[in-house]
Amino acid sequence: MTDQVKLRRYQAPVWTEPIIMEMGREGERGIIPPPVEEKIRKAVDEAESYVPAGMRRKEPPRLPELSQPHVLRHYLRLSQQTLGMDLNIDLGEGTCTMKYSPRVNEELVKQIADVHPLQHEDTIQGILEILYKFAKVFLKEISGLDEFSFQPGGGADGVYTNACVIRKYHESNNELQQRNEIITTIFSHPCDAATPATAGFKIITLYPDGETGLPELEALKAAVSKRTAGMMITNPEDTGIFNPQIDEMTKIIHEVGGLCAYDQANANALLGITRAKEAGFDMCFFNLHKTFSSPHGSEGPACAAIGVVEKLAKFLPVPIVTSDGTKYHLDYERPYSIGKTRDFYGNVQAVLRSYAWSMCMGAEGLRETAEVSTINQSYLDKKLLAIKGVTRPFKFRRVDQARYSVDKMKKDTGIGTDDVARRMVDFGVTNYQTSHHPWVIPEPFTPEPCETYSKADIDYWAAIIEQVSKEAYTNPELIKKSPHNSTIAKMRETAFDDPEKWAMTWRAYLRKRKQK
Amino acid sequence: MALEVLGFDMNRKPLIHPYIPNSVPATKDEMLKEIGVRNTEQLYAEMIPERLRLKRSMNLPEALQSELDLRRHVEGILSKNKTCREYLNFLGAGCWQHFVPAVCDEIAGRAEFLTAYAGLGYSDLGKYQSFFEFQSMIGELIGMEVVGVPTYDWGSAAGHAIRMASRMTGRKEVLASRTTSPSRLSIIKNFCQPTAMPSHIDVGIVDYDRKTGMVNLEDLKRKISSRTAAVYFENPSYLGTIEAQSPEICKIAHENGAEAVVGIDPISLGILAPPSDYRADIVCGEVQPLGIHMHCGGGLSGFLACRDELRYVGEHPSFLISITDTEREGEYGFGQAKYDRTSFMVRENAKDWAGTTTGLWSIVSAVYMALMGPKGMKEVGEATIRKSHYAARRISQIKGLKVCFSTFFKEFVVNFDGTGKKVSKVNKSLLKYGIFGGKDISEEYAELGQSALYCVTEIHRAEDIERLADALAKMVRK
Repeated sequence: MTDQVKLRRYQAPVWTEPIIMEMGREGERGIIPPPVEEKIRKAVDEAESYVPAGMRRKEPPRLPELSQPHVLRHYLRLSQQTLGMDLNIDLGEGTCTMKYSPRVNEELVKQIADVHPLQHEDTIQGILEILYKFAKVFLKEISGLDEFSFQPGGGADGVYTNACVIRKYHESNNELQQRNEIITTIFSHPCDAATPATAGFKIITLYPDGETGLPELEALKAAVSKRTAGMMITNPEDTGIFNPQIDEMTKIIHEVGGLCAYDQANANALLGITRAKEAGFDMCFFNLHKTFSSPHGSEGPACAAIGVVEKLAKFLPVPIVTSDGTKYHLDYERPYSIGKTRDFYGNVQAVLRSYAWSMCMGAEGLRETAEVSTINQSYLDKKLLAIKGVTRPFKFRRVDQARYSVDKMKKDTGIGTDDVARRMVDFGVTNYQTSHHPWVIPEPFTPEPCETYSKADIDYWAAIIEQVSKEAYTNPELIKKSPHNSTIAKMRETAFDDPEKWAMTWRAYLRKRKQK
Repeated sequence: MALEVLGFDMNRKPLIHPYIPNSVPATKDEMLKEIGVRNTEQLYAEMIPERLRLKRSMNLPEALQSELDLRRHVEGILSKNKTCREYLNFLGAGCWQHFVPAVCDEIAGRAEFLTAYAGLGYSDLGKYQSFFEFQSMIGELIGMEVVGVPTYDWGSAAGHAIRMASRMTGRKEVLASRTTSPSRLSIIKNFCQPTAMPSHIDVGIVDYDRKTGMVNLEDLKRKISSRTAAVYFENPSYLGTIEAQSPEICKIAHENGAEAVVGIDPISLGILAPPSDYRADIVCGEVQPLGIHMHCGGGLSGFLACRDELRYVGEHPSFLISITDTEREGEYGFGQAKYDRTSFMVRENAKDWAGTTTGLWSIVSAVYMALMGPKGMKEVGEATIRKSHYAARRISQIKGLKVCFSTFFKEFVVNFDGTGKKVSKVNKSLLKYGIFGGKDISEEYAELGQSALYCVTEIHRAEDIERLADALAKMVRK
């Protein structure tokens, strides 16, 4: 493979930038806030007189003092030392759907930057129209479910909000005391276990059959009871395997009176192909910052669009956007609602971008997104499985991503998946996603070559893995000491778990360094 | 035949989309050949049972593939909005209009930060250093040593804070001030679970003094007990008041073995005492005032901070970015501290959960704090409090209007009972003057009658306040 692909020389920017707290000089300033005009100064007292004596700040905060060009320079340098998706073949971050975020959408977002969420309805009709149409025209058709909310601030928050809806549903049936168990699978994202646990549920986790990688129906049947509140599950799971028995699973849950919530974080290759409704789900959620192109923003702001069937609509967070045919409204009069899981209406800028992206796609474009994603996955799969030391457990073809293993490489050479992840950065790509814990598949990695990536991109990325494999078998020390072309050398990680050494702030760092 | 049934039109015209390089048919064919299948349908047929397939095309609006067409379409919809650039805005109540320096916008738009995600410190060092600097500068403002990466918003930070306190103390009750934002209280109640859940945390409400708007200490003393895990109050409160009794509240909490949890608007901290001064244990709050546009509520971003002690850190749910060194002399690295707390490690046994929140906003607010420095923070605090008091004075000169509480930072309650008019009516009329009046709180705080929560910040000028006062005066006379 590397016969055809010539890997480029790469060097990450190295600025050896100090921490901002060490920078600048006493007296320098970065910005002048708006002044208090003379008219006001004359009419009111000094600021201090309005602060109760015990509540006045005695010492100024020890923030850095820098001029404006130096603040800009510092953060531009830090941005250069961040390898965003726009700058690289970022297909290694599986479960993340690192797709292109169209620039035109950033221009559109600027137009709502200075809108206050509590403005009178009449003055935010445009935003309400987008929220309404993206829910009722797009997501309703894409999922088959009926009513939506954009309030959750991220994928895990979406799963949490769905758990709150399940809770409210059983509470309204006076069954909550009895129904306190949520069933999930180990290959579903950790938030499918952690957020219902935070919502108060006991978690039952199904493990996969060793042959198929899928949870067994018999195990599910054994797990359900009158204590079952619901099932929260991804499909395809983070292994990339689509569970063909998913409708039977939802049926088993329904038969005991539970609800089924579909974590659609891995929906990219399913758009227009298969839907939550036909699989029997009562609820679902989409990551707008993944499947629908809103930028990931260095871990947010993000948005989970949660959807529910009609009978659960009354439990959704308030407010819900409604339409009377001529105007859009924010409906707060929803007595059965769970209330709020995030303030206001969520990250509406993410919804705006997703609406624009979907309008640019149309039904055919969404389907093309799905099809190309799945072609890309199968194509990458072929390339990766030809590489020494790389294996992939479970026989099924994968939908959008796959979880591979370098366990063989580790046994042969001592080079494991964390080493590969560190070394690959030397070739100018973001490290791949290994796996959330526990690693059921040993030494895992999980790429997701979504529709953004060209054939040449995929060839190049596979060539990097092949190169690292070659090094593992011929010169493992090179990998052990990596990275070599990154911004920094290998980190000393012992501080991260040592209360005497870890430092989450500069003030803690200074104190602990002095004590040493 | 079967293929057509599944919505796969073999004769459809190829769609070559600018966002999808491999939409070129020749590329696809080459790749399919390499995979060893005839077409995409064969791939899907291997994976997804026919009974689960959508057997038709989706019914969606016609695509606008031309960028200009798309832009015109979306801008056409957005033109139905008004913004706070066109209208004079006095709304706050959890999302506030402050000045955003141009450098903040420049960094917010940087493609590297905008499109990075979960890469580790070797590919994304700058992201982690920015997170660490965010944590460090928030730490300086509030006087705490441990700050995590941001949460979704203040409300979720408060929810996590209360659950931390409950786990630390093994107690199942929180006392929250009645002057907590009602939406945040709703978020907190979801975090605390309904009574039917075995791990339910009881949310008790502590009343406020009707004259001062501050926490009613007698009510707090009456309600607090050895069951109480935490006392939660806000400073400034939802009603805008500066809590002058903060040290007493924390003391009462500590005397009862409870954690003192305070929610903060950090833009006040150039002039207000940091929570460490009054011995708060866990501090949360809202980052949005620090250089982030409102985005119709999409600018929110919370923070969650605590003492640097294992019993606190061990219960913190979020990613905590720690500084470390590298194998090259004089170089900083950054990574996850005590990762085994998080849901990414231990799923349902984690401390609540961690995940994608509001990373970009933490970077932007770091830029803001670095630009402002200690002087800027002091000046913005002073300008805000003087202007808001000026506005309150002007408004209280209008016949029939009364400002309810006198000790406030940037928000204050205006009572309209003396005018015989409803706030909703007044606000509707103010729109005609191009003004967004303060938030109507007459339902949230019925005991305050027809009242509105007005917000005045450093951005308001004397003439803006005159314009508001004139409009209000006219309306009251009507």
